[in-house]
Amino acid sequence: MSEDILLLDTDVETALRAAVRSLLNERCDPAAVLAAYAGDRSLTRSLWKSITAELGLAGLLIPENRGGAGGSARDAAVVLEELGRFAAPVPFLTSSVIAATVLLAGDSELVAQLATGECTAALLAPFSAATVEQLPALVKDADGRLSGRVTSVAGAFEADVLLAAVRTPQGTEVHAIATALVTVDPVVSLDMTRPLADITVDAAPGRVVVPAGAGLPALRVGLATGAALLASEQVGVAAWCLDTTVRYLKVRRQFGRVVGGFQALKHRLADLYVELESASAAARYAAGALATADPDATIAGAVAAAYCGEIAVRAAEEAVQLHGGIGMTWEYPVHLYLKRAKADQIGLGSPAHHRSVLAGLVDLPLGRD
Amino acid sequence: MTNPEAVREDLRGRVAALLTDHDPATTDPVTFHRARFDAGLAWVYYPEGVGGLGLDRELQPFVDTLFEEAGAPGNNPELNGIGLGMAAPTILAYGTPEQRQRYLRPLWAGEEIWCQLFSEPGAGSDLAAVSTRAVRDGDDWIVNGQKVWTSVAHKAQRAILVARTDPDRPKHAGLSYFICDMTAPGVDVRPLRQLTGEAEFNEVFLTDVRIPDANRLGQEGAGWRVATTTLNNERVSIGGRPVPRESGILGAVTRTWRGHPEHHTPELHDRLLRLWVEAEAARLAATRLRQRVAGGQPGPETSALKLSFARINQQLSGFELELLGEDGLRYEDWTMVRPDRVDFAGRDAGYRYLRAKGNSIEGGTSEIMRNIVAERVLGLPGEARADKDIAWKDLIR
Ligand SMILES: Cc1cc2nc3c(=O)[nH]c(=O)nc-3n(C[C@H](O)[C@H](O)[C@H](O)COP(=O)(O)OP(=O)(O)OC[C@H]3O[C@@H](n4cnc5c(N)ncnc54)[C@H](O)[C@@H]3O)c2cc1C
Repeated sequence: MSEDILLLDTDVETALRAAVRSLLNERCDPAAVLAAYAGDRSLTRSLWKSITAELGLAGLLIPENRGGAGGSARDAAVVLEELGRFAAPVPFLTSSVIAATVLLAGDSELVAQLATGECTAALLAPFSAATVEQLPALVKDADGRLSGRVTSVAGAFEADVLLAAVRTPQGTEVHAIATALVTVDPVVSLDMTRPLADITVDAAPGRVVVPAGAGLPALRVGLATGAALLASEQVGVAAWCLDTTVRYLKVRRQFGRVVGGFQALKHRLADLYVELESASAAARYAAGALATADPDATIAGAVAAAYCGEIAVRAAEEAVQLHGGIGMTWEYPVHLYLKRAKADQIGLGSPAHHRSVLAGLVDLPLGRD
Repeated sequence: MTNPEAVREDLRGRVAALLTDHDPATTDPVTFHRARFDAGLAWVYYPEGVGGLGLDRELQPFVDTLFEEAGAPGNNPELNGIGLGMAAPTILAYGTPEQRQRYLRPLWAGEEIWCQLFSEPGAGSDLAAVSTRAVRDGDDWIVNGQKVWTSVAHKAQRAILVARTDPDRPKHAGLSYFICDMTAPGVDVRPLRQLTGEAEFNEVFLTDVRIPDANRLGQEGAGWRVATTTLNNERVSIGGRPVPRESGILGAVTRTWRGHPEHHTPELHDRLLRLWVEAEAARLAATRLRQRVAGGQPGPETSALKLSFARINQQLSGFELELLGEDGLRYEDWTMVRPDRVDFAGRDAGYRYLRAKGNSIEGGTSEIMRNIVAERVLGLPGEARADKDIAWKDLIR
């Protein structure tokens, strides 16, 4: 527990937040996000280009001496919060956070390519995977070629390379496989703003990017960092839902008055505000602890992952309800957030999973051990 | 001030000097507290001369910790919570120099315990509806009325009091705010037993109690504004100090969990962890709020903290009884006593469960807190107020 971790934005973070938000305000129109459900993914391409080229965020977590921006987990949290606010369909979490964290454990030139945005990567794992044990095994043949099938992979469409865990007698290696050499089957996903794909790898060549000795810890850190920072995206999703609902209920009139004046609704929104405040503090604390490699980072990450996923879903469900009929419509963007929130709740481990991890960390076991 | 580290260094020096002159091991608590007050180390964010040094509020926990680590006597914030958390900031904001001089030092030193004579049988959430009357008589006011739910009135020497001084004006405009001497003739404190069995709060009957006009805080008729300051601070005192992880009721519950593995079930386990996570997130939200208001005054966001702590305490304490199974059916003691303080940690789970129910009522109910958050933080429309512009004496009561 570190009382010194700042839970507010620093000046630099405020500026970063403003830059990301203004770009998204201009170029991430909800109507264009919605087009992803009809298979039109052009927004992803243009937006990701802006984020990598104009804002230089692809390599945010990569140190400057390896070609990146040298940002911290706190910066990534700020970016994710803003991306969550817009349900932005970009592979920042999958490539710049998870893949980059895994890759940093090795010394491959992929790190520098990812940093500049010339290459985008994704972990070859179901988006729901939370532990290294849940990562699928690929089979390596005598020629070193890899085969296997992995379902529900996030970030694969945008990825130039996929990072696969390959178990060898020496330990788990991380291999990079060119996406062009595998079969990518699109999945009709609950959240089409982060669409999933089933991947078939059939005797594809891979190259080792993290060696056997470092593979497992690298994957572990990648998943844990992803889960801890996904909490910030969830906070962004919840914040949009609350803000938008409050704004709507201040103008919507029924029974001759603004419905936001009905106490039953005021109280629900107040409760949501209270929960969002807690969620955003928990997410910032987790990011702050990661940024300083604080010993509390694992507990902080588990708390954030366990709490924020639930709150984002609640906020999105309340948003649909309190918008009434319009909340159920395809045109109105609130369903984008409901789908993102629900998928995020399952992504990188469910809240129940993170609670059980926490139980071990804070000595609250089930049973006698 | 300039460099934060230099400020801390300076404070460390002041604390060390005080500890050298007044060895906590051999100095009696009141003497120690007076000296701490005089050194400006009582509440460092108060101005110089009234117990402070005019520094940032965020430095207070730092100073408190230095004293704690040195084994200095604690100034019993549980017993004088109303004095420290509510009376003092109100006296600071509205008191004359004479009032500040007279009241703050003994308050800080724990020589004078304070209580709050606000609620009445007919005025709880609607505090501005109070009917206790104060009528001017020369340099004095003569007060008559009945107050209720008055915590620690049986221990208190002083009270903050809201009374009606002008019934012809609308309810908010006809109030004035006083400091009442609880030992004055006409003040009658009677225990009011509560659901825990004990009498932590009281009824207070005021019969022709004389209060000198010099004990009025703020202008005549401006009592509502003064009371608002008190109420804001009431909610601040709830999230004001950093608390360690797993403290308070959560600490009690986790001890019970670890001590009773035979009662564990997967369902209880998941509920425990949910509550743990919620409590930790709320604790971090309080930390963040403290960071946000480091220099200034906390706003309506503090109502959010009160809401979450009330809810979590109630859920945790109810959970603990279920966890205890057979033992949860027993209660420690129904004897009527008049305790000094609320002691969650030192009591049984049954007491915790029953007493925690008050957390969503005392200091403004959770419904009122939700109204505050909805209106003042989220900007939603206010409640209808049919009684706002009508003279108080003409209201239907
Ligand atoms: C343990 C304890 C200690 C206390 N100590 C003190 C003390 O030291 N000094 C003191 O002055 N007072 C004290 N109080 C009193 C406390 O401040 C009041 O009980 C509280 O403000 C509620 O007022 P009430 O009891 O009159 O309830 P009411 O105001 O009558 O409320 C009844 C119910 O109606 C709800 N309600 C009321 N108005 C609204 C509204 N506008 N919208 C929605 N719901 C509403 C309430 O939330 C509640 O559920 C204490 C109370 C408790 C429980």
